Amino acid sequence: MRYMLLIYGNEAGMAAAPADAVTQMSSAYVSYTEALKKSGAWLAGDRLKPTQSATSVRITDGKTNVLDGPYADTKEQLAGFYMIEAEDVDAAIAWAARCPGASTGTVEVRPIWELTM
Amino acid sequence: MTGQESDTARAAAEATARQSYGKLVAYLAARMRDVAGAEDALADAFAAALERWPQTGVPGKPEAWLLAVARRRRVDAIRRRLTSEASRDHLRLIAEEMEARMTDEDLPDERLRLMFACAHPAIEAGVRAPLILQTILGFDAATIASAFLVSPATMGQRLVRAKARIRETGIPFRVPERAELGERLDAVLEAIYAAFAEGWSDPAGTETRSRNLATEGIWLGRLVASLMPDEPEALGLLALMLFAEARRAARRNAVGDYVPLAEQELVLWDGAMIDEAETLLRRAAAKGVVARYQLEAALQSAHTARRLTGRTDWIAIKHLYDALSVIAGSPVVSINRAVAIAEADSAAAGLSALDELGGDKRLADYQPYWAARAGLLARLGKTPEAAAAYDRAIGLERDPAVRRFLQERRAGLGRAEKA
Repeated sequence: MRYMLLIYGNEAGMAAAPADAVTQMSSAYVSYTEALKKSGAWLAGDRLKPTQSATSVRITDGKTNVLDGPYADTKEQLAGFYMIEAEDVDAAIAWAARCPGASTGTVEVRPIWELTM
Repeated sequence: MTGQESDTARAAAEATARQSYGKLVAYLAARMRDVAGAEDALADAFAAALERWPQTGVPGKPEAWLLAVARRRRVDAIRRRLTSEASRDHLRLIAEEMEARMTDEDLPDERLRLMFACAHPAIEAGVRAPLILQTILGFDAATIASAFLVSPATMGQRLVRAKARIRETGIPFRVPERAELGERLDAVLEAIYAAFAEGWSDPAGTETRSRNLATEGIWLGRLVASLMPDEPEALGLLALMLFAEARRAARRNAVGDYVPLAEQELVLWDGAMIDEAETLLRRAAAKGVVARYQLEAALQSAHTARRLTGRTDWIAIKHLYDALSVIAGSPVVSINRAVAIAEADSAAAGLSALDELGGDKRLADYQPYWAARAGLLARLGKTPEAAAAYDRAIGLERDPAVRRFLQERRAGLGRAEKA
């Protein structure tokens, strides 16, 4: 099954983190991505730019609204994602627990809604 | 009360509440053959005890208190929603019988029988430890789920299914006869060890929702060892857990960094706990039946002997792993055996022992395999391969402290030769 791992973290906190903590985190992510790829679980994944670069679009009653900023103001913001192939949700949770983001924020595990032919 | 005193009071109240709760659940369940029914009857009373006893102190007769509250809170109303009339009446009769007994004697301890029911072969192996934690210690599904890294909803369903199976299959609440005892006791001990190991892998206790399962595992181990004092493996398991637990404080330094066994400060080891473990292991060995947990405890004993001799006897450790891989071989045992070979003989010999495991697919996503491999490759000066193995280990690690440690080792690769 395919799962999304949605990585949420405190953007402001990350931005204020000391340089060596940032380096340590980035290299942990490189290793994590490598481990996902080597085990054949990796399908996709990327880091997102901070929410200040976000634009939200919504069409109501035929009128398009374009807003600066993210969809919702939350304490932790969506910072990146992985799409993985996992045997079942337990395996997906095991990968989420290994994600470096799980020890600084929250990793949400969501199954992909597969279209059945 | 100071914060620390109130923590102590809470811990004492919780321990008694769990002790009494487990005994009552076991007593009820054994007679009704219905774990879920017994839990339902006592759930409210147990919650009330966890809330009130830390403030009021533990009552003189904790079981009687729980039972009285359970009755006052209309056990029958809860029962009506959940099960048939017949079992409700049955429960009421048992409760009356219990109250009568408790006036002049202690409630018989049926927890061992309950544990054998929970670890019955007809119950799926993966749910046995969670089931014991819930029925004997009263942990909720969410806490158990966090510890075993599954979703609370999934854990809840597994527990409900297992309890329904106990009732519907008519799984007996009894200690098995001698002929089948060995195998069945193994299942009980394995479940306890699984609970301990989950707690042991979270040394910092950073996960706020997961309780310290290592402590609970030891508690259950003590319970079984006290109820079956002549079973060498029950003693062996308790010794094993105590040896490991004794080193808990040494596994992290003051700033929370991971400290490997070889570099741990001996003064931080709990000497009294190690002595207790040694005594248990000697008692077990005196029974003359060597098996898995005794061997694992003997390995721990060999490692802790460093506090007396100042050195680690790797040859003895290697021989113990040889014996262990014959009677209870597993990838974990093989990896540790390879590390022992590396220490006793040479890094190259250790690495070739690891190479022999290369075909095992279970190891591809297993952090200790890659960490051991990386360490041996580094010692042999194979820097690029060591770096790749460290990367794999780092990417597979859950614990941030261990991850940092591995990252530092990786960053230090090649430095030794250049210096």
